[in-house]
Amino acid sequence: MKSGSNLEKVLAAGHFAFTGELGPPRGTDADEVRKKASHLKGMVDSVNITDNQTAVVRMASWAASIIAIQEGLEPNYQMVCRDRNRLAMQSDILGAYALGIRNMLCLSGDHQKFGDHPQSKGVFDIDSMQLIGMVKGMRDDAKMLGGTEMEHPPKMFIGAASNPFADPFEWRVHRLAKKIKAGVDFIQTQCIYNMEKFRTFMKQANDMGLTEKVYILAGVTPMKGVGMAKYMKNNVPGMDVPDELIKRLQGVDKKMQADEGIKIACEQIEEFKEMKGVAGVHLMAIEWEHKVPEIAERAKVLPRPVV
Amino acid sequence: MIVAQRKPFDEIKNLIKDYKKILNVGCGTCVAVCLAGGEKEVAVLNAELDMARKLEDNPIEIDGFTVERQCDREYLEALDSKVKDFDALLSMACGAGIQFLAERYPDKPVFPAVDTTFIGVNQDVGWYEERCRSCSSCVLGLTGGICPVTMCAKGLYNGPCGGTNQGSCEIDKNQPCAWFMIYERLSAQNRLDCILEITPPSDWQNQVPRTVIQPGYKKPEKV
Repeated sequence: MKSGSNLEKVLAAGHFAFTGELGPPRGTDADEVRKKASHLKGMVDSVNITDNQTAVVRMASWAASIIAIQEGLEPNYQMVCRDRNRLAMQSDILGAYALGIRNMLCLSGDHQKFGDHPQSKGVFDIDSMQLIGMVKGMRDDAKMLGGTEMEHPPKMFIGAASNPFADPFEWRVHRLAKKIKAGVDFIQTQCIYNMEKFRTFMKQANDMGLTEKVYILAGVTPMKGVGMAKYMKNNVPGMDVPDELIKRLQGVDKKMQADEGIKIACEQIEEFKEMKGVAGVHLMAIEWEHKVPEIAERAKVLPRPVV
Repeated sequence: MIVAQRKPFDEIKNLIKDYKKILNVGCGTCVAVCLAGGEKEVAVLNAELDMARKLEDNPIEIDGFTVERQCDREYLEALDSKVKDFDALLSMACGAGIQFLAERYPDKPVFPAVDTTFIGVNQDVGWYEERCRSCSSCVLGLTGGICPVTMCAKGLYNGPCGGTNQGSCEIDKNQPCAWFMIYERLSAQNRLDCILEITPPSDWQNQVPRTVIQPGYKKPEKV
Protein backbone atom coordinates (compact mmCIF):
# COMPACT_ATOMS: atom_id res chain seq x y z
CA MET A 1 0.00 0.00 0.00
CA LYS A 2 1.28 3.42 -0.92
CA SER A 3 -1.09 5.37 1.30
CA GLY A 4 -3.50 2.92 2.85
CA SER A 5 -6.41 5.16 1.92
CA ASN A 6 -9.84 3.61 1.57
CA LEU A 7 -9.86 4.43 -2.14
CA GLU A 8 -6.53 2.71 -2.63
CA LYS A 9 -7.71 -0.36 -0.70
CA VAL A 10 -10.95 -0.59 -2.69
CA LEU A 11 -9.07 -0.35 -5.99
CA ALA A 12 -6.28 -2.70 -4.93
CA ALA A 13 -8.86 -5.31 -3.89
CA GLY A 14 -10.27 -5.17 -7.42
CA HIS A 15 -13.60 -3.60 -6.53
CA PHE A 16 -15.28 -1.22 -8.97
CA ALA A 17 -14.66 2.12 -7.26
CA PHE A 18 -17.26 4.85 -6.95
CA THR A 19 -16.19 8.37 -5.99
CA GLY A 20 -18.13 11.60 -5.60
CA GLU A 21 -17.58 15.31 -5.49
CA LEU A 22 -18.29 18.07 -3.00
CA GLY A 23 -17.80 21.77 -3.66
CA PRO A 24 -16.90 23.85 -0.55
CA PRO A 25 -19.08 26.91 0.15
CA ARG A 26 -18.39 30.56 -0.61
CA GLY A 27 -18.36 31.36 3.07
CA THR A 28 -17.55 29.87 6.43
CA ASP A 29 -20.58 27.66 7.01
CA ALA A 30 -19.22 24.25 8.02
CA ASP A 31 -22.79 22.96 8.21
CA GLU A 32 -23.14 23.43 4.47
CA VAL A 33 -20.24 21.02 4.00
CA ARG A 34 -21.75 18.65 6.57
CA LYS A 35 -25.10 18.72 4.83
CA LYS A 36 -23.58 17.88 1.44
CA ALA A 37 -21.44 15.21 3.11
CA SER A 38 -24.49 13.59 4.69
CA HIS A 39 -25.87 12.77 1.21
CA LEU A 40 -22.59 11.16 0.19
CA LYS A 41 -21.78 9.15 3.32
CA GLY A 42 -21.80 5.43 2.62
CA MET A 43 -22.47 6.08 -1.07
CA VAL A 44 -18.91 6.68 -2.26
CA ASP A 45 -15.41 5.36 -1.52
CA SER A 46 -13.93 8.84 -1.51
CA VAL A 47 -15.18 12.34 -2.23
CA ASN A 48 -13.29 14.96 -4.23
CA ILE A 49 -13.13 18.28 -2.41
CA THR A 50 -12.70 20.90 -5.09
CA ASP A 51 -10.07 23.65 -4.85
CA ASN A 52 -11.47 27.08 -5.73
CA GLN A 53 -13.25 25.48 -8.66
CA THR A 54 -13.86 27.67 -11.72
CA ALA A 55 -11.38 30.06 -10.09
CA VAL A 56 -13.95 31.30 -7.57
CA VAL A 57 -12.81 31.79 -3.97
CA ARG A 58 -14.26 29.14 -1.66
CA MET A 59 -13.47 27.56 1.68
CA ALA A 60 -10.02 25.96 1.48
CA SER A 61 -10.08 22.48 0.06
CA TRP A 62 -8.03 21.08 2.94
CA ALA A 63 -10.41 22.62 5.50
CA ALA A 64 -13.51 21.23 3.82
CA SER A 65 -11.65 17.90 3.54
CA ILE A 66 -11.19 17.86 7.32
CA ILE A 67 -14.90 18.51 7.83
CA ALA A 68 -15.61 15.61 5.46
CA ILE A 69 -13.37 13.36 7.57
CA GLN A 70 -15.27 14.43 10.69
CA GLU A 71 -18.45 13.39 8.93
CA GLY A 72 -17.08 9.93 8.16
CA LEU A 73 -16.19 10.53 4.53
CA GLU A 74 -12.79 9.99 2.96
CA PRO A 75 -11.71 13.10 1.06
CA ASN A 76 -9.81 13.31 -2.18
CA TYR A 77 -8.08 16.62 -1.64
CA GLN A 78 -7.89 18.58 -4.90
CA MET A 79 -4.99 20.95 -5.46
CA VAL A 80 -4.60 23.30 -8.42
CA CYS A 81 -1.39 24.93 -9.64
CA ARG A 82 -3.06 28.28 -10.25
CA ASP A 83 -3.07 29.65 -6.70
CA ARG A 84 0.11 28.50 -4.98
CA ASN A 85 3.81 28.25 -5.60
CA ARG A 86 5.81 25.13 -4.76
CA LEU A 87 6.49 26.26 -1.20
CA ALA A 88 2.83 26.79 -0.35
CA MET A 89 1.80 23.58 -2.10
CA GLN A 90 4.27 21.45 -0.17
CA SER A 91 3.42 22.98 3.19
CA ASP A 92 -0.30 22.47 2.48
CA ILE A 93 0.39 18.84 1.56
CA LEU A 94 2.28 18.28 4.82
CA GLY A 95 -0.50 19.91 6.81
CA ALA A 96 -3.22 18.01 4.95
CA TYR A 97 -1.51 14.70 5.62
CA ALA A 98 -0.95 15.58 9.28
CA LEU A 99 -4.71 16.12 9.61
CA GLY A 100 -5.59 12.76 8.07
CA ILE A 101 -5.91 13.41 4.33
CA ARG A 102 -4.66 10.42 2.32
CA ASN A 103 -5.73 11.04 -1.31
CA MET A 104 -5.00 14.02 -3.45
CA LEU A 105 -5.80 15.08 -6.98
CA CYS A 106 -3.20 17.14 -8.85
CA LEU A 107 -4.67 19.64 -11.32
CA SER A 108 -3.59 22.65 -13.37
CA GLY A 109 -6.78 24.54 -12.47
CA ASP A 110 -9.18 26.64 -14.50
CA HIS A 111 -7.65 29.91 -15.63
CA GLN A 112 -8.26 32.78 -13.19
CA LYS A 113 -9.97 34.71 -15.98
CA PHE A 114 -13.11 32.59 -15.44
CA GLY A 115 -13.59 33.34 -11.78
CA ASP A 116 -14.39 36.13 -9.36
CA HIS A 117 -10.85 37.55 -9.41
CA PRO A 118 -9.96 37.81 -13.10
CA GLN A 119 -7.35 40.48 -12.18
CA SER A 120 -5.32 38.04 -10.09
CA LYS A 121 -1.88 36.76 -10.97
CA GLY A 122 -1.98 33.09 -11.91
CA VAL A 123 0.89 31.35 -10.17
CA PHE A 124 1.52 28.19 -12.24
CA ASP A 125 4.98 27.90 -10.69
CA ILE A 126 4.74 24.21 -11.56
CA ASP A 127 2.19 22.41 -13.74
CA SER A 128 0.01 19.42 -12.92
CA MET A 129 2.56 16.98 -14.36
CA GLN A 130 5.30 18.44 -12.17
CA LEU A 131 2.95 18.50 -9.17
CA ILE A 132 2.41 14.74 -9.52
CA GLY A 133 6.17 14.24 -9.57
CA MET A 134 6.60 16.51 -6.56
CA VAL A 135 4.06 14.61 -4.43
CA LYS A 136 5.61 11.29 -5.48
CA GLY A 137 9.06 12.56 -4.53
CA MET A 138 7.76 13.68 -1.14
CA ARG A 139 6.06 10.32 -0.58
CA ASP A 140 8.59 7.83 -1.94
CA ASP A 141 11.91 9.62 -1.43
CA ALA A 142 10.96 11.73 1.61
CA LYS A 143 12.35 14.72 -0.26
CA MET A 144 11.02 18.17 -0.94
CA LEU A 145 11.10 19.34 -4.53
CA GLY A 146 14.17 21.41 -3.71
CA GLY A 147 16.00 18.29 -2.56
CA THR A 148 15.92 18.71 1.23
CA GLU A 149 15.00 15.64 3.21
CA MET A 150 12.06 15.34 5.57
CA GLU A 151 10.98 13.12 8.39
CA HIS A 152 7.52 11.55 8.33
CA PRO A 153 6.77 12.05 4.64
CA PRO A 154 3.15 12.38 3.44
CA LYS A 155 2.01 9.01 2.10
CA MET A 156 -0.54 10.24 -0.39
CA PHE A 157 -2.49 8.22 -2.95
CA ILE A 158 -1.83 10.38 -5.99
CA GLY A 159 -4.53 11.21 -8.49
CA ALA A 160 -4.76 13.35 -11.59
CA ALA A 161 -7.24 14.22 -14.31
CA SER A 162 -7.37 13.22 -17.93
CA ASN A 163 -9.53 14.72 -20.62
CA PRO A 164 -9.89 12.23 -23.48
CA PHE A 165 -12.00 14.68 -25.49
CA ALA A 166 -9.97 17.87 -25.76
CA ASP A 167 -7.79 18.48 -28.81
CA PRO A 168 -5.55 17.06 -30.02
CA PHE A 169 -7.33 13.73 -29.41
CA GLU A 170 -4.38 11.65 -30.67
CA TRP A 171 -2.11 13.19 -28.05
CA ARG A 172 -4.37 12.65 -25.04
CA VAL A 173 -3.34 9.06 -24.41
CA HIS A 174 0.32 10.09 -24.56
CA ARG A 175 -0.31 12.81 -22.01
CA LEU A 176 -1.91 10.14 -19.82
CA ALA A 177 1.27 8.07 -20.27
CA LYS A 178 3.32 11.08 -19.16
CA LYS A 179 1.24 11.42 -15.99
CA ILE A 180 1.84 7.75 -15.25
CA LYS A 181 5.55 8.26 -15.80
CA ALA A 182 5.36 11.24 -13.41
CA GLY A 183 3.98 8.90 -10.76
CA VAL A 184 0.20 9.06 -10.72
CA ASP A 185 -1.72 6.21 -9.05
CA PHE A 186 -5.24 6.93 -10.25
CA ILE A 187 -6.96 9.02 -12.90
CA GLN A 188 -10.37 10.63 -12.92
CA THR A 189 -11.51 11.59 -16.41
CA GLN A 190 -13.42 14.60 -17.64
CA CYS A 191 -17.21 14.04 -17.84
CA ILE A 192 -17.86 11.48 -20.53
CA TYR A 193 -20.75 11.92 -22.96
CA ASN A 194 -19.19 10.78 -26.22
CA MET A 195 -18.97 7.07 -25.47
CA GLU A 196 -17.59 6.20 -28.90
CA LYS A 197 -14.61 8.47 -28.42
CA PHE A 198 -14.07 7.19 -24.88
CA ARG A 199 -14.04 3.58 -26.09
CA THR A 200 -11.34 4.54 -28.62
CA PHE A 201 -9.35 6.30 -25.89
CA MET A 202 -9.57 3.27 -23.60
CA LYS A 203 -8.52 0.95 -26.40
CA GLN A 204 -5.43 3.10 -26.95
CA ALA A 205 -4.71 3.09 -23.21
CA ASN A 206 -5.14 -0.70 -23.04
CA ASP A 207 -2.99 -1.27 -26.13
CA MET A 208 -0.21 0.85 -24.65
CA GLY A 209 -0.39 -1.12 -21.39
CA LEU A 210 -1.30 1.99 -19.43
CA THR A 211 -4.32 0.50 -17.68
CA GLU A 212 -2.06 -2.00 -15.97
CA LYS A 213 -0.14 0.85 -14.40
CA VAL A 214 -2.93 3.18 -13.30
CA TYR A 215 -6.52 2.99 -12.08
CA ILE A 216 -8.83 4.89 -14.41
CA LEU A 217 -12.12 6.16 -13.00
CA ALA A 218 -14.55 7.22 -15.71
CA GLY A 219 -16.07 10.67 -15.14
CA VAL A 220 -19.86 10.84 -15.11
CA THR A 221 -22.08 13.89 -14.70
CA PRO A 222 -25.80 13.30 -15.16
CA MET A 223 -27.53 15.95 -17.26
CA LYS A 224 -30.25 17.81 -15.37
CA GLY A 225 -31.96 18.84 -18.59
CA VAL A 226 -31.61 20.05 -22.16
CA GLY A 227 -30.42 23.49 -21.01
CA MET A 228 -27.48 22.04 -19.11
CA ALA A 229 -26.58 19.74 -22.00
CA LYS A 230 -26.53 22.64 -24.44
CA TYR A 231 -24.56 24.80 -22.03
CA MET A 232 -21.96 22.07 -21.53
CA LYS A 233 -21.71 21.54 -25.28
CA ASN A 234 -21.30 25.19 -26.19
CA ASN A 235 -19.68 26.86 -23.20
CA VAL A 236 -17.46 24.42 -21.37
CA PRO A 237 -14.06 24.14 -23.07
CA GLY A 238 -12.90 20.60 -23.76
CA MET A 239 -16.39 19.10 -23.32
CA ASP A 240 -17.79 16.78 -25.98
CA VAL A 241 -21.60 16.44 -25.87
CA PRO A 242 -22.99 14.58 -28.90
CA ASP A 243 -26.19 15.86 -30.54
CA GLU A 244 -27.87 12.45 -30.04
CA LEU A 245 -27.69 12.93 -26.28
CA ILE A 246 -29.38 16.33 -26.52
CA LYS A 247 -32.02 14.85 -28.84
CA ARG A 248 -32.70 12.04 -26.37
CA LEU A 249 -33.27 14.55 -23.58
CA GLN A 250 -35.48 16.65 -25.85
CA GLY A 251 -37.51 13.53 -26.56
CA VAL A 252 -38.93 13.35 -23.04
CA ASP A 253 -41.25 15.66 -21.14
CA LYS A 254 -39.42 18.56 -19.47
CA LYS A 255 -40.32 17.29 -16.01
CA MET A 256 -38.76 13.93 -16.83
CA GLN A 257 -35.50 15.25 -18.33
CA ALA A 258 -33.52 15.04 -15.09
CA ASP A 259 -34.72 11.47 -14.65
CA GLU A 260 -33.69 10.69 -18.22
CA GLY A 261 -30.28 12.24 -17.47
CA ILE A 262 -29.82 9.89 -14.52
CA LYS A 263 -31.00 6.98 -16.69
CA ILE A 264 -28.36 7.81 -19.31
CA ALA A 265 -25.69 8.08 -16.58
CA CYS A 266 -26.70 4.66 -15.20
CA GLU A 267 -26.50 3.10 -18.67
CA GLN A 268 -22.99 4.56 -19.00
CA ILE A 269 -21.98 3.20 -15.60
CA GLU A 270 -23.25 -0.27 -16.60
CA GLU A 271 -20.99 -0.12 -19.65
CA PHE A 272 -18.02 1.14 -17.63
CA LYS A 273 -18.36 -1.81 -15.24
CA GLU A 274 -17.67 -4.10 -18.18
CA MET A 275 -15.16 -1.90 -20.03
CA LYS A 276 -11.59 -3.18 -20.03
CA GLY A 277 -9.24 -0.89 -18.14
CA VAL A 278 -11.93 1.10 -16.31
CA ALA A 279 -11.49 0.63 -12.56
CA GLY A 280 -14.44 2.68 -11.38
CA VAL A 281 -16.59 5.74 -11.82
CA HIS A 282 -16.14 9.28 -10.59
CA LEU A 283 -19.56 10.85 -10.21
CA MET A 284 -19.57 14.63 -10.46
CA ALA A 285 -23.12 15.50 -9.46
CA ILE A 286 -22.48 19.23 -9.38
CA GLU A 287 -24.74 20.95 -6.81
CA TRP A 288 -26.80 17.77 -6.92
CA GLU A 289 -25.25 15.98 -3.95
CA HIS A 290 -28.70 15.06 -2.58
CA LYS A 291 -29.32 13.02 -5.73
CA VAL A 292 -26.22 10.86 -5.21
CA PRO A 293 -27.99 8.18 -3.11
CA GLU A 294 -30.62 7.74 -5.82
CA ILE A 295 -28.01 7.64 -8.60
CA ALA A 296 -25.84 5.17 -6.67
CA GLU A 297 -28.89 2.99 -6.05
CA ARG A 298 -30.02 3.04 -9.66
CA ALA A 299 -26.43 2.48 -10.90
CA LYS A 300 -26.31 -0.62 -8.68
CA VAL A 301 -23.04 0.33 -6.99
CA LEU A 302 -24.38 -0.14 -3.44
CA PRO A 303 -23.45 -1.17 -0.87
CA ARG A 304 -19.91 0.15 -1.03
CA PRO A 305 -17.27 -2.44 -0.17
CA VAL A 306 -15.60 -2.36 3.24
CA VAL A 307 -11.94 -3.33 2.82
CA MET B 1 11.66 44.10 -30.02
CA ILE B 2 10.24 45.65 -26.86
CA VAL B 3 6.70 46.85 -27.44
CA ALA B 4 5.18 49.71 -25.44
CA GLN B 5 1.97 51.71 -25.48
CA ARG B 6 1.54 55.36 -24.66
CA LYS B 7 -0.06 55.91 -21.27
CA PRO B 8 -3.50 57.54 -21.16
CA PHE B 9 -3.07 61.26 -21.75
CA ASP B 10 -4.65 62.32 -18.45
CA GLU B 11 -2.31 60.06 -16.52
CA ILE B 12 0.74 61.63 -18.17
CA LYS B 13 -0.65 65.11 -17.64
CA ASN B 14 -1.25 64.38 -13.98
CA LEU B 15 2.25 62.99 -13.45
CA ILE B 16 3.87 66.25 -14.55
CA LYS B 17 1.25 68.72 -13.31
CA ASP B 18 3.61 70.35 -10.78
CA TYR B 19 6.43 71.00 -13.27
CA LYS B 20 6.83 73.90 -15.64
CA LYS B 21 9.89 72.98 -17.68
CA ILE B 22 9.87 69.50 -19.08
CA LEU B 23 12.15 67.63 -21.45
CA ASN B 24 10.44 64.69 -23.16
CA VAL B 25 13.06 62.12 -24.13
CA GLY B 26 12.19 59.69 -26.90
CA CYS B 27 14.01 56.56 -27.92
CA GLY B 28 14.90 55.76 -31.51
CA THR B 29 14.97 51.96 -31.20
CA CYS B 30 12.20 49.50 -30.22
CA VAL B 31 9.58 52.01 -29.11
CA ALA B 32 10.12 54.04 -32.27
CA VAL B 33 9.54 50.96 -34.44
CA CYS B 34 6.32 50.09 -32.57
CA LEU B 35 5.09 53.67 -32.91
CA ALA B 36 4.98 54.39 -29.16
CA GLY B 37 7.96 56.57 -28.24
CA GLY B 38 10.06 57.71 -31.19
CA GLU B 39 10.69 61.22 -32.46
CA LYS B 40 7.23 61.53 -34.01
CA GLU B 41 5.40 60.38 -30.87
CA VAL B 42 7.46 62.78 -28.74
CA ALA B 43 6.39 65.68 -30.97
CA VAL B 44 2.71 64.66 -30.87
CA LEU B 45 2.63 64.23 -27.10
CA ASN B 46 4.42 67.53 -26.54
CA ALA B 47 1.93 69.39 -28.71
CA GLU B 48 -0.97 67.84 -26.84
CA LEU B 49 0.53 68.63 -23.42
CA ASP B 50 1.34 72.19 -24.48
CA MET B 51 -2.23 72.74 -25.62
CA ALA B 52 -3.82 71.14 -22.55
CA ARG B 53 -1.74 73.14 -20.10
CA LYS B 54 -2.51 76.38 -21.91
CA LEU B 55 -6.21 75.62 -21.62
CA GLU B 56 -5.74 74.99 -17.90
CA ASP B 57 -3.95 78.29 -17.44
CA ASN B 58 -0.88 76.45 -16.30
CA PRO B 59 1.46 76.86 -19.25
CA ILE B 60 4.40 74.54 -19.71
CA GLU B 61 7.73 74.85 -21.46
CA ILE B 62 8.19 71.49 -23.08
CA ASP B 63 10.96 70.36 -25.36
CA GLY B 64 11.71 67.05 -27.01
CA PHE B 65 14.85 65.10 -27.72
CA THR B 66 15.06 61.60 -29.10
CA VAL B 67 18.21 59.58 -28.49
CA GLU B 68 19.22 56.57 -30.54
CA ARG B 69 18.87 54.20 -27.56
CA GLN B 70 17.94 55.19 -24.04
CA CYS B 71 19.31 51.93 -22.68
CA ASP B 72 22.81 52.83 -23.82
CA ARG B 73 25.16 55.20 -22.00
CA GLU B 74 26.86 56.20 -25.20
CA TYR B 75 23.68 57.77 -26.51
CA LEU B 76 22.45 59.26 -23.24
CA GLU B 77 25.58 61.39 -23.12
CA ALA B 78 24.04 63.72 -25.69
CA LEU B 79 21.54 64.79 -22.99
CA ASP B 80 24.11 65.80 -20.37
CA SER B 81 24.33 69.42 -21.44
CA LYS B 82 20.54 69.78 -21.83
CA VAL B 83 18.88 68.38 -18.72
CA LYS B 84 20.04 71.14 -16.37
CA ASP B 85 17.61 73.52 -18.09
CA PHE B 86 14.56 71.45 -17.11
CA ASP B 87 12.65 70.73 -13.85
CA ALA B 88 11.73 67.20 -14.82
CA LEU B 89 12.12 64.60 -17.54
CA LEU B 90 9.46 62.62 -19.31
CA SER B 91 10.58 59.44 -21.05
CA MET B 92 8.92 57.58 -23.88
CA ALA B 93 11.43 54.72 -23.80
CA CYS B 94 10.75 51.24 -22.43
CA GLY B 95 11.04 50.64 -18.69
CA ALA B 96 14.75 49.88 -19.03
CA GLY B 97 15.41 53.14 -20.86
CA ILE B 98 13.38 55.16 -18.36
CA GLN B 99 15.37 53.70 -15.46
CA PHE B 100 18.69 54.26 -17.17
CA LEU B 101 17.72 57.88 -17.73
CA ALA B 102 16.70 58.30 -14.08
CA GLU B 103 19.93 56.64 -12.99
CA ARG B 104 22.03 59.06 -15.02
CA TYR B 105 20.28 62.16 -13.66
CA PRO B 106 19.44 61.22 -10.07
CA ASP B 107 18.54 64.82 -9.13
CA LYS B 108 15.81 65.07 -11.76
CA PRO B 109 12.33 63.64 -11.37
CA VAL B 110 11.76 61.23 -14.30
CA PHE B 111 8.27 60.18 -15.38
CA PRO B 112 7.14 57.42 -17.75
CA ALA B 113 4.94 58.36 -20.70
CA VAL B 114 4.53 54.78 -21.91
CA ASP B 115 3.64 51.41 -20.42
CA THR B 116 6.17 48.79 -21.46
CA THR B 117 4.11 45.83 -22.59
CA PHE B 118 6.07 42.90 -23.98
CA ILE B 119 8.82 41.43 -26.13
CA GLY B 120 7.09 40.79 -29.39
CA VAL B 121 6.94 40.72 -33.13
CA ASN B 122 5.80 43.12 -35.81
CA GLN B 123 2.83 41.43 -37.51
CA ASP B 124 2.04 44.52 -39.55
CA VAL B 125 2.34 48.28 -39.14
CA GLY B 126 0.74 49.05 -35.78
CA TRP B 127 0.05 45.37 -34.96
CA TYR B 128 2.33 43.61 -32.52
CA GLU B 129 2.11 40.32 -30.67
CA GLU B 130 3.93 39.01 -27.62
CA ARG B 131 6.29 36.07 -28.11
CA CYS B 132 8.81 35.98 -25.24
CA ARG B 133 8.79 36.35 -21.42
CA SER B 134 12.60 36.31 -21.15
CA CYS B 135 12.55 33.42 -18.67
CA SER B 136 16.30 32.74 -19.10
CA SER B 137 15.80 29.05 -19.87
CA CYS B 138 14.59 28.69 -23.43
CA VAL B 139 12.71 25.49 -24.31
CA LEU B 140 11.89 26.43 -27.92
CA GLY B 141 14.13 23.62 -29.16
CA LEU B 142 11.75 21.10 -27.64
CA THR B 143 8.50 22.84 -28.43
CA GLY B 144 8.68 23.39 -32.16
CA GLY B 145 9.69 27.02 -31.86
CA ILE B 146 6.51 27.96 -29.95
CA CYS B 147 6.97 29.26 -26.42
CA PRO B 148 4.71 27.56 -23.84
CA VAL B 149 5.68 30.06 -21.14
CA THR B 150 4.42 32.99 -23.20
CA MET B 151 1.79 31.49 -25.49
CA CYS B 152 0.02 29.16 -23.03
CA ALA B 153 -2.23 31.13 -20.67
CA LYS B 154 -1.12 28.88 -17.82
CA GLY B 155 2.52 28.73 -18.93
CA LEU B 156 2.38 24.93 -18.84
CA TYR B 157 5.58 23.04 -19.58
CA ASN B 158 3.72 19.77 -20.06
CA GLY B 159 0.53 20.73 -21.84
CA PRO B 160 -2.01 20.78 -23.28
CA CYS B 161 -4.45 21.11 -20.39
CA GLY B 162 -7.99 19.80 -20.65
CA GLY B 163 -9.35 23.16 -21.72
CA THR B 164 -8.22 23.05 -25.35
CA ASN B 165 -11.27 23.96 -27.35
CA GLN B 166 -11.08 22.99 -31.03
CA GLY B 167 -7.56 24.34 -31.17
CA SER B 168 -8.33 27.43 -29.09
CA CYS B 169 -7.32 28.29 -25.55
CA GLU B 170 -10.01 28.00 -22.87
CA ILE B 171 -9.65 31.70 -22.06
CA ASP B 172 -10.63 32.94 -25.52
CA LYS B 173 -11.80 31.34 -28.75
CA ASN B 174 -9.61 33.79 -30.67
CA GLN B 175 -6.48 32.75 -28.77
CA PRO B 176 -4.89 29.64 -30.27
CA CYS B 177 -3.91 26.92 -27.77
CA ALA B 178 -0.10 27.00 -27.63
CA TRP B 179 0.13 23.27 -26.96
CA PHE B 180 -2.22 22.46 -29.80
CA MET B 181 0.10 24.44 -32.10
CA ILE B 182 3.16 22.76 -30.59
CA TYR B 183 1.60 19.35 -31.21
CA GLU B 184 0.65 20.19 -34.79
CA ARG B 185 4.06 21.55 -35.66
CA LEU B 186 6.06 18.74 -34.06
CA SER B 187 3.72 16.18 -35.59
CA ALA B 188 4.27 17.65 -39.06
CA GLN B 189 8.03 17.55 -38.45
CA ASN B 190 7.80 14.00 -37.11
CA ARG B 191 9.34 15.18 -33.83
CA LEU B 192 6.66 14.36 -31.25
CA ASP B 193 9.27 12.47 -29.24
CA CYS B 194 10.47 15.93 -28.12
CA ILE B 195 7.44 16.27 -25.85
CA LEU B 196 7.09 12.66 -24.73
CA GLU B 197 9.49 13.30 -21.87
CA ILE B 198 8.38 15.25 -18.82
CA THR B 199 9.83 18.74 -18.61
CA PRO B 200 10.90 19.21 -14.96
CA PRO B 201 9.92 22.28 -12.89
CA SER B 202 11.52 25.48 -14.11
CA ASP B 203 14.38 27.06 -12.18
CA TRP B 204 12.72 30.46 -12.36
CA GLN B 205 15.60 32.81 -13.02
CA ASN B 206 13.56 35.94 -13.54
CA GLN B 207 12.79 36.38 -9.83
CA VAL B 208 15.77 38.62 -9.16
CA PRO B 209 17.38 41.34 -11.32
CA ARG B 210 19.61 39.54 -13.79
CA THR B 211 23.01 40.50 -15.12
CA VAL B 212 24.67 39.11 -18.22
CA ILE B 213 28.39 39.32 -18.86
CA GLN B 214 29.29 37.71 -22.15
CA PRO B 215 32.26 35.38 -22.42
CA GLY B 216 35.50 37.29 -22.88
CA TYR B 217 34.15 40.36 -21.07
CA LYS B 218 34.13 41.47 -17.49
CA LYS B 219 32.40 44.05 -15.42
CA PRO B 220 34.67 47.10 -15.16
CA GLU B 221 35.65 48.00 -11.61
CA LYS B 222 34.55 51.59 -12.15
CA VAL B 223 31.95 52.80 -14.61
